[in-house]
Amino acid sequence: MRHGKYPFIIGFLVVPLALYLVFVVGAYVQMFQLSLTDWSGYGGFTYIGLENFQKLWDDPVFWIALRHNVYLLIAMPIITIAMALFFAFLLNSGGRKAGGVWGSKVYRVIFFFPQLLALAIVAVIFGRVFGSDKSGMINGLLPESWTPWLFLADEQWALTCILVVLVWQAVGFYVVLFSAGMGSIAEEIYEAAALDGATKVTLFFKITLPLLWDTLQVAWVYLGIAAFDAFALVNIMSVNHGGPDNSTQVLSMQIYLNAFQNSQAGYASALGVVLFFLTLTFAALTLRVTRRDAVQA
Amino acid sequence: MSVTTDRRTLLRRAAAAGLVAVPGVSFLSACAGSDDSGNDTKQATGEKSADNPLGIDPKAGIEIVIFDGGLGTKYATDVDTPLYNKKWPDSKVTYSATQQVATTIKPRLNAGSPPDMINNSGSDLMDFGAIVKAGQAADLSDLFAAPSLDIAGKTVAETLVPGAVQQGTYDGKPFAVNYSFTVFGLWYNKKLFEKNSWTIPTTWADFTALLDKIKAAGITPFSYAGANASYYMVRAIMTSAAKIGTEQVLKDIDNLKPGAWTNDAVKQAAAAWGEVGKKYANPSHLGLRHTEVQLQQNQDKVAFYPCGSWLENEQAASTPAGFEYAMMAFPSVTASDKLPATAINAAAGEIYFAASKGKNPQGGKEYLRTMLSKEAALEFTKLTKSLTVVAGAADGVTISPGLTSANDALGKAGQDVFMGYLFDTWYKKLDDASREAANQLFFKGGDAQKFCDTMEAASQAVAKDSSITKFTRS
Repeated sequence: MRHGKYPFIIGFLVVPLALYLVFVVGAYVQMFQLSLTDWSGYGGFTYIGLENFQKLWDDPVFWIALRHNVYLLIAMPIITIAMALFFAFLLNSGGRKAGGVWGSKVYRVIFFFPQLLALAIVAVIFGRVFGSDKSGMINGLLPESWTPWLFLADEQWALTCILVVLVWQAVGFYVVLFSAGMGSIAEEIYEAAALDGATKVTLFFKITLPLLWDTLQVAWVYLGIAAFDAFALVNIMSVNHGGPDNSTQVLSMQIYLNAFQNSQAGYASALGVVLFFLTLTFAALTLRVTRRDAVQA
Repeated sequence: MSVTTDRRTLLRRAAAAGLVAVPGVSFLSACAGSDDSGNDTKQATGEKSADNPLGIDPKAGIEIVIFDGGLGTKYATDVDTPLYNKKWPDSKVTYSATQQVATTIKPRLNAGSPPDMINNSGSDLMDFGAIVKAGQAADLSDLFAAPSLDIAGKTVAETLVPGAVQQGTYDGKPFAVNYSFTVFGLWYNKKLFEKNSWTIPTTWADFTALLDKIKAAGITPFSYAGANASYYMVRAIMTSAAKIGTEQVLKDIDNLKPGAWTNDAVKQAAAAWGEVGKKYANPSHLGLRHTEVQLQQNQDKVAFYPCGSWLENEQAASTPAGFEYAMMAFPSVTASDKLPATAINAAAGEIYFAASKGKNPQGGKEYLRTMLSKEAALEFTKLTKSLTVVAGAADGVTISPGLTSANDALGKAGQDVFMGYLFDTWYKKLDDASREAANQLFFKGGDAQKFCDTMEAASQAVAKDSSITKFTRS
């Protein structure tokens, strides 16, 4: 194995690495370059220093979008993880004996279904569910005499509607992920604790949760990154591209609008740079804050 | 560097003058992430003659891209291309259609190998102002100066309705053919109105009195779709503003003149429409899409709908037998409106342009000349139920009740037909702001002062932004 070891390894790495360099690193490098220009998206450009960032700082819509991203960043992982943990616990050890509740194998498949649908399709479907007149699914189910709920057309609730869909779509995957994590916790630990008289709640908080910590950490980072995105849902579901009155505006939508609609590719790149650092900071912070010594299972 | 001089000619001139081309030149015409290979492509040209005024190479093929949307593509495949090939049998037309214009065309423009003639339209259209600024669109001066294909003794420009060339003119040079001619107004079901003996109002008092009656009949009197078509409402507000204070109001807005949005005409128009919103709006329509509201109108749940003359064709499949589209001019807002109640906003739209850096820009222009022939225009109107900018091409031909009604309104308006505004295509950012402001005005309380202030601020922000190319009109 000593001879030709490196060519062998390199042979495997060269294609994925090249793809990564061209389509990820290359794109990022160019984004940083373009963020310093006034490129419209067509033809030539000139370098304008940090003017784009200056403009961004003064742009009220940027701050609105950022605030919404932060809201999603906090609400979405918490709700998703809490629900996924609850469901996963029920599926794995919610039953009378050691196993999950009755029919847990079927539920596991059903929970995973939303994950199989493309996000765009989910958005279109929920656009109909949240329809703002009687043709919407929820409003259609309400009594005829009620005034329809506006959902996405109501600036107070529009972002919450988006949040609901984000959570609905994500929960299934994390149920499966946490189930797998819980499955790897040794049965004897539970048995020993149960013999000592621990209730299901105690089992969950004292045993399941600590032993699942690594998985939770990963889930939090993934969900956080998803919360920074939310583009497909906002683009398809929201009224008037992030409206009404910017109530569903997010950074990714701003990038899209500026790059592809407003012909301000340079400015959009500056937004991209900000989003890049936000995501990076978030991931680093999460991993650091939640770091714990691994508990041997 | 002028947008009409490509790098090739520039280098040739530089060489002729015995100069060495400076490196800066290549940078000017270069674009991000792509080399400049497009400019090294040989562009096809031929001898200019009376029969070939644009000097195309009769053997060189052309590539055209048509937007596959409300107008369909039949007019291109079944009318324009056969007509073009009748004259130029050896020039092969490579045709494709797309709904995603920017997604398919923008990379090709930036890579220097664009199609020769492009129909820039639809929800994924490209910012045409930016294309002109980047020198990607061919100057169409020679096309408009060339003789018309089948109207003897006139140049192409002379066969078009007033304002048609101007609509595609950027800083004094024409770059786009705005082919279809749209009449804007308030659309209603003629049969429903006849049944209830509702008469068409011309004053604001009559208009609101009628809205009251319609509301009493359990019908939403006036509506539009807030989710994706609020620019129909922008058009309504702007049309009223122009009627109050003439088209100059809109010109000032287009020219980003300070105070253009806070002037009295805009304020009065916004106040009038805000009042309509406050009294008669169905709040759930803010969350609906244009197809949904239009369908509701077809079901007689909505009485008036502000739209352009494409509406009838767009709704053809869902219009029931008891529904007959008709259009009325926006009523006067005040007794002292400067334009009469019959004044109409009608404008050329639907951009077709020849790419300047393609293989055969002259061929692309020749295709446009074919489209602007009387024969092609008439067939286009028959197929799409849309008028074209070729003046009088469809006169005397009965096409559909809605189009006839729009044509009548045009006739009644006489000289008082105005082009409207261009800020929505010039400054996409301002367009976005106006859509949101219109929604806020109509669905959220009708605060006219807020509408004017928001738009004034947005307009001045665009004016101050050096990265946005400015245009002016007069």
